[in-house]
Amino acid sequence: MSILIDQNTRLVVQGITGRDGSFHARAMRAYGTQIVAGVTPGKGGQSLDGVPIFNTVKEAVVLAGANASVIYVPPSFAPDAILEAAYAGVQLIVAVTEGIPTLEMVPIIGELKRRNVRLVGPNCPGLISPGKCKVGIMPAEIHMPGPVGVVSRSGTLTYEMVHQLSTNGIGQSTCIGIGGDPIIGTNFLDVLPLFQADPETKAVVMIGEIGGTAEEEAAQFIKTRMTKPVVGFIAGQTAPPGKRMGHAGAIIAGGTGTAAEKMRALGEAGIPVARIPSEVGPLIRHALGLS
Amino acid sequence: MNIHEYQAREIFRGHGIPVPESAVAATPEEAEALAARFGGRVVIKAQVHAGGRGKAGGVKLAQSPSEAREKAAAILGMQIKGLTVHKVLVAPAADIGHEYYLGVVLDRKEGLPLIMASREGGIDIEEVARTNPGALSRYHFDPVAGLRPFEARQVAFAIERDGKVAAQIASTLQKLCAAYVAADASLAEINPLIRTLKGEVLALDAKVNLDDNALYRHPDLEALRDRTAELPEEDEARQKGLSFIKLDGNIGCVVNGAGLAMATMDLVKHFGGTPANFLDIGGSSDPEKVVTAIKIVTADPNVKAILFNIFGGITRCDDVAKGLVEAIPRSKVKLPIVIRLTGTNEAQAREILKGVAGLTSAESMDEAVQKAVALAQA
Repeated sequence: MSILIDQNTRLVVQGITGRDGSFHARAMRAYGTQIVAGVTPGKGGQSLDGVPIFNTVKEAVVLAGANASVIYVPPSFAPDAILEAAYAGVQLIVAVTEGIPTLEMVPIIGELKRRNVRLVGPNCPGLISPGKCKVGIMPAEIHMPGPVGVVSRSGTLTYEMVHQLSTNGIGQSTCIGIGGDPIIGTNFLDVLPLFQADPETKAVVMIGEIGGTAEEEAAQFIKTRMTKPVVGFIAGQTAPPGKRMGHAGAIIAGGTGTAAEKMRALGEAGIPVARIPSEVGPLIRHALGLS
Repeated sequence: MNIHEYQAREIFRGHGIPVPESAVAATPEEAEALAARFGGRVVIKAQVHAGGRGKAGGVKLAQSPSEAREKAAAILGMQIKGLTVHKVLVAPAADIGHEYYLGVVLDRKEGLPLIMASREGGIDIEEVARTNPGALSRYHFDPVAGLRPFEARQVAFAIERDGKVAAQIASTLQKLCAAYVAADASLAEINPLIRTLKGEVLALDAKVNLDDNALYRHPDLEALRDRTAELPEEDEARQKGLSFIKLDGNIGCVVNGAGLAMATMDLVKHFGGTPANFLDIGGSSDPEKVVTAIKIVTADPNVKAILFNIFGGITRCDDVAKGLVEAIPRSKVKLPIVIRLTGTNEAQAREILKGVAGLTSAESMDEAVQKAVALAQA
């Protein structure tokens, strides 16, 4: 088991002919992901290493049987691409694109809820179920199959954590980057119940950062509803207030959203919090009863 | 992006919000002339990207044009939260009957814009939200439909019982919501909104913060950017697609990804050093970005060592390596560089960097940070 993606995921790559889209389509395929189609409007009929390219996502669903989509199109086209995938009938949409105007996401999130379609991102690295399927941009070789679920608002910081888990001999069930924007399709609160229900996942690493209150809400859920151990980490302890730290959502606004508040909320919920990234490995080993 | 009050007033006026007449002065003489034009009794307000201007002495009342000149002279050039005041806003003093608060922010949890309204305005609203949340009325609205008249009335009557005044507040609130959506704002605020002694509702202040992601479709708003309010390095970084924030330490950090960049800064602090900056070279690969990053980081005279922490994903390590090879000979400042590269095309990157002088390599993040801290202290 794993969550959200596995061997049965049939992926369509929106923006497959772009620089990033083609590079990562090849990388995902090399990992074993079933890439059944690509979409670039106007390039229908062409192919990329044998993967058929269509003009629309609808064709990718009807003719190639796609049930999930990953989006590598620029921010001004991405909102339309997300809706196109939802209307075409895929069940999971992963939006890698960074830079979508926040208010554009508001009606999209509502529409996806009505259609019961899951969106991961935007502004995210995607997700990987090691040994089964990778949908996104993460370097595959740092992952290994195993019992730990990873959920994070960051991209490269997630790779850092996963790398440490793997070098500590601890594999992962699914690693999911939920994205660094203020409004995202899938939050900690959506992912944690999936990990709790997944028989393969025995423990969870949750990586948060400054801005918003998603970590505090997650802490409450973990305390009251989860039986599996969770280890936390929060980035941005040295971040100055009022400045957007790269991610659109990583900002301490009006004195709230600080790393200290989040670490305190996790601590009060009984969740061990790593002070530095390299403490995550030992804390998870302990949580799994390995040391 | 932050804009000034006088610019936010223009946006509000464009949406029909009742904003009293006002103008901007860059010298005490200009302020005096404006005061004369406005009838003598005026308010002088510092135009800086900082809250708490009143408490800092950046807002003053003047009874005459000559007093306006003196007050403007005192405010112009003063520092508020580290920012120099270059301009003041001059506006006729209002006869305040009552002060309210109206604001629109993004509620990240609900994924919707949120109106906050209070019967008591002219105060620190963040403080009220913390200490007396009951005094704030909250209402979510749909940005596509806009705030409907009945919704606006509902909020207005929650803060004002008088029908005539509430109708004006409701109308102002609808326009504020429209302005928030049209500008792709992350915050739009009137603090205070007032009722004059004659029962007229007026916006005495205007604050708008804009969503950086949406500026590409608002060239008119991008043009409001005040380049004197940010450091030249921050300006250059933004134009080159890098995210850079200057801090006061001595270890220059060059990292890919915002989360890893923050964690790297935190780790520098953990190991006894101080980060000189936050710098995210971004998700996409481009050797030119590395060249710019080195230039920006070395422009800070406090920097004693440079720390590269790259975990390749969409960023390819070989592109970063190519950028380094290009940047090092071009850089005038020779500083020790500690480099840690892991992930996509890591092997190619190692090959490219083989034999490049002045580089200390590290396998792990802990090792890289500890080496950089040691080099900065040497």
